[in-house]
Amino acid sequence: MAKVLLEARNIVKHYPVTRGFLQRIVGWVRAVDGVSFSIEDGKTLSLVGESGAGKTTIAKQILLMEKLTSGNILFQGNDVYKFSSAQLKKEYRPKVQSVQQNPWSSMDPRMRVREVVGEPLSVNTKLSKKEIADNVGQLLEQVGIDAEGMNRYPHEFSGGQRQRIAVARALALHPSLLVLDEPVSALDVSIRAQIMNLLKDLQIQYNLSYIVIAHNLATVRYMSHSVAIMYLGQLVEYGESEALFEKPLHPYTRALISASQLTLPEDAKEGTKQIILSGEMPSPLNPPSGCRFHTRCTEVMDICSKEIPENKVIGTQHVKCHLYR
Amino acid sequence: MSNVVLQVENLHTSFFTRLGEVKAVDGVSFYVREGETFGIVGESGCGKSVTGLSIMRLLPEPGGEIIEGKIILEGKNILELSKKAMRAYRGKMISMILQDPMSSLNPVYTIGDQISEAVKLHQDLPDNMVEAEVVSALRLLRIPDPEIRTKEYPFQLSGGMRQRVVGSIAMSCRPRLLIADEPTTALDATIQAQYLALFDDIQAKTNVAIIFITHDFGVVSRICDRVGVMYAGKILEAAPTRDIFKAPKHPYTKALIDSVPRLEVKDERLYSIEGQPPSMFRLPPGCRFRPRCPVAMDICGEQEPPEVKLNEDHAVSCWRVK
Amino acid sequence: MVLSVEKLKRKRRGNTRWGNIARNLGMILPALIFALLFFTAIFANLIAPYPYDETNLPQRRMPPAWVEGGSTDHFLGTDTLGRDVLSRAMFGAQVSLSVSLLAIVITAVVGTILGIMSGYMGGRVDAFIMRVVDIALAFPGLLVAILLAVSIGPGFFTVVFALSVLAWAGYARVIRGEALRLRNSDFVLQAQIVGASPFRIMLRHIFPNIMNVLIIGITLNIGTFILAEAGMSYLGIGIPPPRPSWGSMVADGRNDLDSAWWISTFPGILIGLVVLSGNFLGDWLRDKMDPRLRQL
Repeated sequence: MAKVLLEARNIVKHYPVTRGFLQRIVGWVRAVDGVSFSIEDGKTLSLVGESGAGKTTIAKQILLMEKLTSGNILFQGNDVYKFSSAQLKKEYRPKVQSVQQNPWSSMDPRMRVREVVGEPLSVNTKLSKKEIADNVGQLLEQVGIDAEGMNRYPHEFSGGQRQRIAVARALALHPSLLVLDEPVSALDVSIRAQIMNLLKDLQIQYNLSYIVIAHNLATVRYMSHSVAIMYLGQLVEYGESEALFEKPLHPYTRALISASQLTLPEDAKEGTKQIILSGEMPSPLNPPSGCRFHTRCTEVMDICSKEIPENKVIGTQHVKCHLYR
Repeated sequence: MSNVVLQVENLHTSFFTRLGEVKAVDGVSFYVREGETFGIVGESGCGKSVTGLSIMRLLPEPGGEIIEGKIILEGKNILELSKKAMRAYRGKMISMILQDPMSSLNPVYTIGDQISEAVKLHQDLPDNMVEAEVVSALRLLRIPDPEIRTKEYPFQLSGGMRQRVVGSIAMSCRPRLLIADEPTTALDATIQAQYLALFDDIQAKTNVAIIFITHDFGVVSRICDRVGVMYAGKILEAAPTRDIFKAPKHPYTKALIDSVPRLEVKDERLYSIEGQPPSMFRLPPGCRFRPRCPVAMDICGEQEPPEVKLNEDHAVSCWRVK
Repeated sequence: MVLSVEKLKRKRRGNTRWGNIARNLGMILPALIFALLFFTAIFANLIAPYPYDETNLPQRRMPPAWVEGGSTDHFLGTDTLGRDVLSRAMFGAQVSLSVSLLAIVITAVVGTILGIMSGYMGGRVDAFIMRVVDIALAFPGLLVAILLAVSIGPGFFTVVFALSVLAWAGYARVIRGEALRLRNSDFVLQAQIVGASPFRIMLRHIFPNIMNVLIIGITLNIGTFILAEAGMSYLGIGIPPPRPSWGSMVADGRNDLDSAWWISTFPGILIGLVVLSGNFLGDWLRDKMDPRLRQL
């Protein structure tokens, strides 16, 4: 079994909501509410959910942009909150890098590609300009961009090429984990496949671990080894990708899969299972009682609004649903 | 053959910019029947949205211009209509839903105000009748508690609800043709599924013809009866949805479908089309897909392929297809 | 998203308690000041203790009541001709407020109409209006005002005309930018989609969404116009004496600042107060006009 690189243990992140004259705290947005998962060396974990599910909040916690309300993040077995700031700077931050969703806004338009990709190096290392330029050249070639391109500006490249440049920048410090926030959703269909294939190649080549944040399940299946399905700040189902897609257990997972399938209209009209959920995602300020999904669930029972379902392990899958007791 | 609502013939729309002419739509022809959904799929910049705006005659000014072609709606070429007559057609005969539900409603008016505006523009009705029309438009899009919603402002609604309101406005006068430009792209997966199901519903109730513009084959597979695959200003292949998926004829269609990851099967590696779509300022000679085409021949770089009709509903422009 | 309104609110005015207090004061205090000034201006004839032109030479340069040598007969003292400063300030409010309000209405109406037409219609209309705006903005305002005062003679309408003849151009330019942005917005396209006419779109969709900018502009301009009117009066090209305006009162006392500071100071304070109140009120109104914040 591969080594666990990063582990989240029961992480919780609540944001205060304040109001009025004295900025009283009137409530808490429970963005992430007790989530645990782990990522192995060289593997991909996908966090899947709709907006408001808390997946971006988790990414922020892993990148240490915010501090958790409670819970632990372990990196190679060590609690990151116990790292000294020097340790963080040397042993954590360079090892955990990210690629943003939008390749148009994630780069300073006034910087040349050389500076964009070389920035992590000039900030974190004492390399000379020449050495940095050499490094940048190699990085660009790894992602399929001609090294000559380093003297041009980001706007001279297409969306797909920019996303490649963003990947090159993320690789500059030889990270072991990349947080990929919707890495292909801003790109055109024909370009998406190029980038996904590139990411897969790089993973094998450098034994990289990925956390992919995505809403498109087909993309997720193609990219990941394990999948975590999130709803309103909690994991409803979590497990190995293959098993999960072959035999989804949670009704929400099934609905998501049904919504992402290619279904020809003739097939749909013949009454194949097209699950359409009613209603909208409730507010994370005031989540429903019991199972948070019960207000929209197709299989809802009496118990669902009363009791919070326990985590149940079935095969390689973890599921939180009263259907499995 | 049932009633054709819209027939577009050889439509050319160009933008005149400082850098030169961009032929955003370069000879597009298709038709939509009553109660049918015709999809236009393509990547960004292929001209699919411009096609939609051309049919509405609402191209961005200055710069956008319809150069030639015919847009025949219910037997009448709307390109011959005066501006004023065209305004009377919009909303009443043709309507449109835009992509972003967050920006397509006026923030300063209530939902009720915005729908009744559309109703009053085309019908001279007393106030209580207008109200009834507003509520029925909201019902058509299955908006819960319509009487309460009419008094709310757009910012009080979620994205999915707003997009339903936009749909209500578009459908308020029961147009014959509805153009939907990526209406579900900004929505979450389960909300998108809800919204797509509404289209079937609306169509069953009103028999409206729909042009559905999208980049997403998942959406196409779900709601379109026929599809046109657009690339760099031209429809390269048009066919019933099943044929597009099961027996695509154009290499671009094939490549595009192969490059979309499938949920049903685990692909080890995705097929990918190399390169980028061509610059619209400098289209390649001959077939516009040739520089990226895996099966290009000599003739492809010399002459533009003619449209070949395989049957009544299936047309392809490719030298490989005879 | 649940948080967006909260966030928006916080963004508008730092996330601090002082911000909240400032916002509430920003509404109450300026509103009171304006109400008081308008009341005074309208009823100056009834409530002023003396007529504005009643001279009383034996009692000239009398200091305010609380200063040694002052008397409660003339609470804010008297000027070099022995006229009551309080009464003159009250009548001065009449002139200052009416001139600037009229000028603002004219500039705002003209500027908004031309700005919206220019931004929404574009093309030749836009080119023409914007060239006129360029020309108007290129003229030095005060010089034109002096020229006008000299050529058509000083008076109420001369001042109003002088203030508004160029100032509309500033409005037109700002409003045009807004209209241009709104013209390309989806909801305007959506209005076109349902068949709304250009006139209707300008009136019903562009104009209400410009209100915020307009209101900020207007309230900021209250200050500017009062200052400009004061400036003109100070230079002696405003409303002819003996009718007082705050600007001319400041001018009257300028030679006696060391011996009789009160003649210039009180009208000066009033000018400052109105300018500040205008700014505060504008800020508050902007918050109120936004429908996203209206319901809070």
